[in-house]
Amino acid sequence: MMRGVNALRAGLALALSVALTAPAGAEDAKRVVTLGGSVTEIAVALGAGDLLVARDSTSNYPAAIAALPDVGYIRALSPEGVLSVAPDLILAEADAGPPAAVDVLTAAGVPFLRMPGDPTPAGVVDKIKAVAEALGRDAEGEALATNVQAGLTEAEARAAAVTDKKRVLFVLSLQGGRVMAGGEGSSAEGIIALAGGINAATGFQGYKQMTDEAVLAAAPDLILIMDREGDLAIGNADVMAHPTLSQTPAAQAGAIVRMDGMMLLGFGPRTPDAARALYDALYPQAG
Amino acid sequence: MLSLALGRSRSTGGEREARAALMLRALIGLLLVVSVLSLGTGAAGLNLADLAHAAIKGELSTRDQVILWNIRLPRLAMGLLIGAALAVSGALMQGLFRNPLADPGIVGVGAGAGLGAVLAIVVGGLLPAGIAVHFGGQLVPLAAFLGGWGATLLLYRLATRGGHTSVANMLLAGIALGALAGAFTGILVYLADDKQLRDLTFWSMGSLAGAGWGKLATALPLILPVLLFSPLMARGLNALALGEAQAAHLGIEVERLKQLIILGVAAATGAAVAVAGGIGFIGIVVPHLLRISTGPNHRYLLPNAALLGASLLVGADMIARTIVAPAELPIGIVTAVLGAPVFLWILMRRQGLVGI
Repeated sequence: MMRGVNALRAGLALALSVALTAPAGAEDAKRVVTLGGSVTEIAVALGAGDLLVARDSTSNYPAAIAALPDVGYIRALSPEGVLSVAPDLILAEADAGPPAAVDVLTAAGVPFLRMPGDPTPAGVVDKIKAVAEALGRDAEGEALATNVQAGLTEAEARAAAVTDKKRVLFVLSLQGGRVMAGGEGSSAEGIIALAGGINAATGFQGYKQMTDEAVLAAAPDLILIMDREGDLAIGNADVMAHPTLSQTPAAQAGAIVRMDGMMLLGFGPRTPDAARALYDALYPQAG
Repeated sequence: MLSLALGRSRSTGGEREARAALMLRALIGLLLVVSVLSLGTGAAGLNLADLAHAAIKGELSTRDQVILWNIRLPRLAMGLLIGAALAVSGALMQGLFRNPLADPGIVGVGAGAGLGAVLAIVVGGLLPAGIAVHFGGQLVPLAAFLGGWGATLLLYRLATRGGHTSVANMLLAGIALGALAGAFTGILVYLADDKQLRDLTFWSMGSLAGAGWGKLATALPLILPVLLFSPLMARGLNALALGEAQAAHLGIEVERLKQLIILGVAAATGAAVAVAGGIGFIGIVVPHLLRISTGPNHRYLLPNAALLGASLLVGADMIARTIVAPAELPIGIVTAVLGAPVFLWILMRRQGLVGI
């Protein structure tokens, strides 16, 4: 009983302080634009999906979000385009821009909030909390953050328990037979580590082309590919037909895994699931 | 080598002059119409009727005020300024080099500005935080302008011996310098990460989306003087069409003319590329359309090019910002997709007139 009263009192105090200090419209936003795949995903996961009126071109999950108007690429926004959907709150990933467009949006009186969050496990939790606060859904945010944190902790524990780590090569594209792989410090390396694997592509930063000899020397036990359509899609046949990729232990054992790009590399609420799926593919016997 | 001015003409000089004068008036009309339309066109649906209504009743919501004053007006002004700058620069270059294929790219502005922009996008992140914050969004435009300007000065130095600037040397050195700048750009592109690559792509396709009063204030002092003083070059360019020696005999200070035009073009296109990225096509096509229809007299060609270039770019921007609304297309795509077929059609119809 005492606890309930305290909670009520705290809630009232919070509501009051919010009413006094929060930017106008942020707490009772009815028309929200989310910019950035992970921010959109988090907003939907918090149950705010029906408040969204537009998204950017990097937001493609959940699938229903594709029906919303697309305001373009997150770093090349058109201010009038964003204003045309009459938003009363804009939630953006840290790198939304260009700055001139953001200035105009702010001048138009639309709260423009940048969400923190590095593409790391800790960043995911920060971002969830920030989005929840901006949408006035702290309780849901807390629940989701706890849930995701638990999943991440579990994944880290699982990864730490692996004694004989397998080598994973993330292939971003295979255009013209050239292997574009995720190197050191890439988000691909982050998720591979979280799944208990070792990034087979070393010696370069970010996403770069690897020479054929380096691919052979990397000797991956598993090849990881983004699941996508169109020109950049990579089929198993492409891997098997590739002169060097087909010679790797991964291709010989048929260990090719495909996963949605945003889920795999987005560092959002689905990151624990991605880590789990990749772990299961790497170590099926551990189950 | 090439004779633009002496192209086989079907009409007499007098007729052409009258037509060119008429064209000037028609283009002023076109510019006004396009400008008004542009103010009433956009994703947010604030149209001309709304604006007229607001003008009479004298009230406009905050959102609509921002759309009009902070988005559409600076964007219109920027489109006019940059369209005119690109077209006039093209006309000046073609006149100076007596080559219908010349554009500001030939004096290294494009390659230099591109290298500058890529450098700022890729390496800018490595600058000490204080510097990066201080420049903010201005780093890329500044680097692009310095790159374009620097490349032109270097080229001018390379092609000048004993007070004489060799146009042929400038063309050839420009190609070499362009290849070199392209190679350095390639190295930086290789080093770039995914986000930087996307930024580079968008930059290279040009856009007026970032237009604001601040950018306009940066570009205006560099572009406006060139536009205003370009008609003074007309007599010299007309004489130059006969050849350098002939122009000198006609009392033209040829070296001075070259110097003024090259520096002017570097300033105007450098500023244009810096604030709007790479917008191709206008500089080549606008002067051609005018030369084909009203002849090569620079007295009319230069002001007409300014007017037509401005109208075309503003028109293209209207399409760029509405066709995929609420997103927008890079304007370089629109100018090329719309302009190239029209240009080809005109070339086919009037084959031979350019006299290449």
